[in-house]
Amino acid sequence: MNVGLFIPCYVDQFYPKVGIATLRLLESLGVNVIFPMEQTCCGQPMANSGFQSLSVGCDRNFIRNFANCDVVVGPSGSCVLHLKDHLHSDENPAEATRLRNNVYELCEFLTDVLKVSELPKARFPHRVGLHTSCHGQRGLHLSSMSELMAPKFSKPETLLRMVDGLDLIQLSQPDECCGFGGTFCVFEEAVSSKMGKDRVADHLRHGAEVITGGDMSCLMQLEGVLRRQKAPVRVMHIAEILTAEN
Amino acid sequence: MKTASPKHATAAETFVRDEENTDWHNETLWFVRSKRDRAAQTIPEWEALREQASQIKNHALSNLDNYLIQLEENARRNGITVHWAANGDEHNQIVYDILRKHNATKIVKSKSMLTEECHLNPFLIKQGIEVIDTDLGERIIQLREEPPSHIVMPAIHLKKKHIGDLFHKHLGTDAGADDPQYLTEAARIHLRQKFLMADVAITGVNFAVAETGGFVVCTNEGNADLGVHLSKVHIACMGIEKVIPKAEHLGVFLRLLARSATGQAITTFSSHFQKPAPGQEMHLVLVDNGRTRQLASPDFRNSLKCIRCAACMNTCPVYRRSGGHSYHSAVAGPIGSILAPNIDMNEYADLPFASTLCGSCSNVCPVKIDIHQQLYKWRQVLGAAGAVEPAKKVGMAGMDALFSRPWLYRFAGRAGRWLMQTFPSLANKPGLNPWAIHRDMPQPPEQSFRDWYAQQNKKTNG
Ligand code: SF4
Repeated sequence: MNVGLFIPCYVDQFYPKVGIATLRLLESLGVNVIFPMEQTCCGQPMANSGFQSLSVGCDRNFIRNFANCDVVVGPSGSCVLHLKDHLHSDENPAEATRLRNNVYELCEFLTDVLKVSELPKARFPHRVGLHTSCHGQRGLHLSSMSELMAPKFSKPETLLRMVDGLDLIQLSQPDECCGFGGTFCVFEEAVSSKMGKDRVADHLRHGAEVITGGDMSCLMQLEGVLRRQKAPVRVMHIAEILTAEN
Repeated sequence: MKTASPKHATAAETFVRDEENTDWHNETLWFVRSKRDRAAQTIPEWEALREQASQIKNHALSNLDNYLIQLEENARRNGITVHWAANGDEHNQIVYDILRKHNATKIVKSKSMLTEECHLNPFLIKQGIEVIDTDLGERIIQLREEPPSHIVMPAIHLKKKHIGDLFHKHLGTDAGADDPQYLTEAARIHLRQKFLMADVAITGVNFAVAETGGFVVCTNEGNADLGVHLSKVHIACMGIEKVIPKAEHLGVFLRLLARSATGQAITTFSSHFQKPAPGQEMHLVLVDNGRTRQLASPDFRNSLKCIRCAACMNTCPVYRRSGGHSYHSAVAGPIGSILAPNIDMNEYADLPFASTLCGSCSNVCPVKIDIHQQLYKWRQVLGAAGAVEPAKKVGMAGMDALFSRPWLYRFAGRAGRWLMQTFPSLANKPGLNPWAIHRDMPQPPEQSFRDWYAQQNKKTNG
């Protein structure tokens, strides 16, 4: 199985260490990973702003890049959800459909496809708060949702529980949105910031040393608030924790 | 002339500036959402019930013409006079004509979001008619001369103190008194007088039953019953989407409505109106006002399933932190944001963007409306219709140009990181970058992932 590593544009530019951790994690599990060098963006920023129609070039580039891959894996629930729902091609609809059906968010790829049941080397002796990102949760069903009367589960949590020494804290509102919301974070700056602040407060109140999650965009939002507050808490993508060995 | 209301982002910014009040508003509504969760947990078949409700509505909407005709026939047979209104103006005129026929000058009204949507109150007041809203929350905002901020709890944005001051001014309660019991008592005395003097009672409709020709009005205060029983004329106003096929379906909807709305098992009063009492006249006004247009659109017709429980507002993290008035439409929150653009696309073009698309609204909705997906679809409609600010569109076209040309993307990324490293204060300048007003920018790394990857490959291959 050829796994195409999809590194969202902002991760590529601002959080290369998340890409590195994802690559190392997959390779440590024996996966044959390809990183197509000419990939850029999933097209979500345009689509969420009302211009899905303008993301044609973006979609074309994505399809061209991942044509050789059996599956695509990316460390971002939001971008993966966008691809699953909206990757589109008039020229090559079959290929667009194939990719839509074979794109995975990192955690679900680990738990559902690779069926990872242990991470013997992973060790991270810290109090960790898990930020549940909406698109991964409510869109990709990576975990159960507080609104629905259904059995509880969480794929990211299952993975974090495999990490030696990790102390997962409980939150008051475990699936409240962080307020990032793509372009919402600038066009609705005031509410977006307030949401970020409130989310951070929940983690701080429960003694988190590190806030983690599967979506770097949400973590960037929380990091923005944490750094402004000069809080002694950092954000780390779940791939970084699953590959931590200290 | 209608003056343009400030857009959601602007109004929300003003709201959030009072952080203490924002926290209070957020927590109050979250408390209601939590009550809803606890109530839903007591029903093992909750999710099946939602599905059933959604399917009944789906069926009713697919056969709306037949069920409306059936409703009309059965209502007429019961002695109810049925009227049809294509829009808000027609609706208001119909109501006014009935009032004139009876020389009515004083009316009492129980809660109806439809009459709010049609702006009935200002219209009647202009004709010299006294309109008294009898739902306590509605009466409060009526005295304050402002619109409701929530469809179930219209005065949820106000604190005890505001109400104490308001009642002191209008109802003569003691200055500074804000004991809820005392204030409610004063409101009760005030409203009783209005009930006794009213010529006509207007109510909304929660569910109209095609097979019986009757309808149900849900209230917690019993104000609909009191108004109707004391008046010679009852006018009930409903949007055409409120019809359900059978009386037995009420068993599904009434179980969902109050639990979703406030966490109560059922509203205190579920008043069934079937026919006029002897000597009384009963009217039913059926209003379209854009609903058939919405029905014709496959992407948006589901929004007509709404039973106005407001669960989507209570759960919405944006609504909780921006208040109902920031939506500048009769119905606020997520559902308002998908209904309003259907009424006026330009006026409400901002609303589908007042969301992070987190999806919580769709999950709490008792009739399973795909609210957040409709918000996304409205964005595409607005984008295509040019109803989005031109600056945004240019930006987005530029983005596609960037992302479809990998070399340009690489160059821009490098240049951007270099800029941020060299002039961090620029990136963090609130005037230039709204992100930076309350948040820091990420620290740009030396190297992008792809640069690192290329280097690694060079190392291993070369
Ligand atoms: S959209 Fe659903 S949740 Fe919102 S008010 Fe209507 S029925 Fe209730």
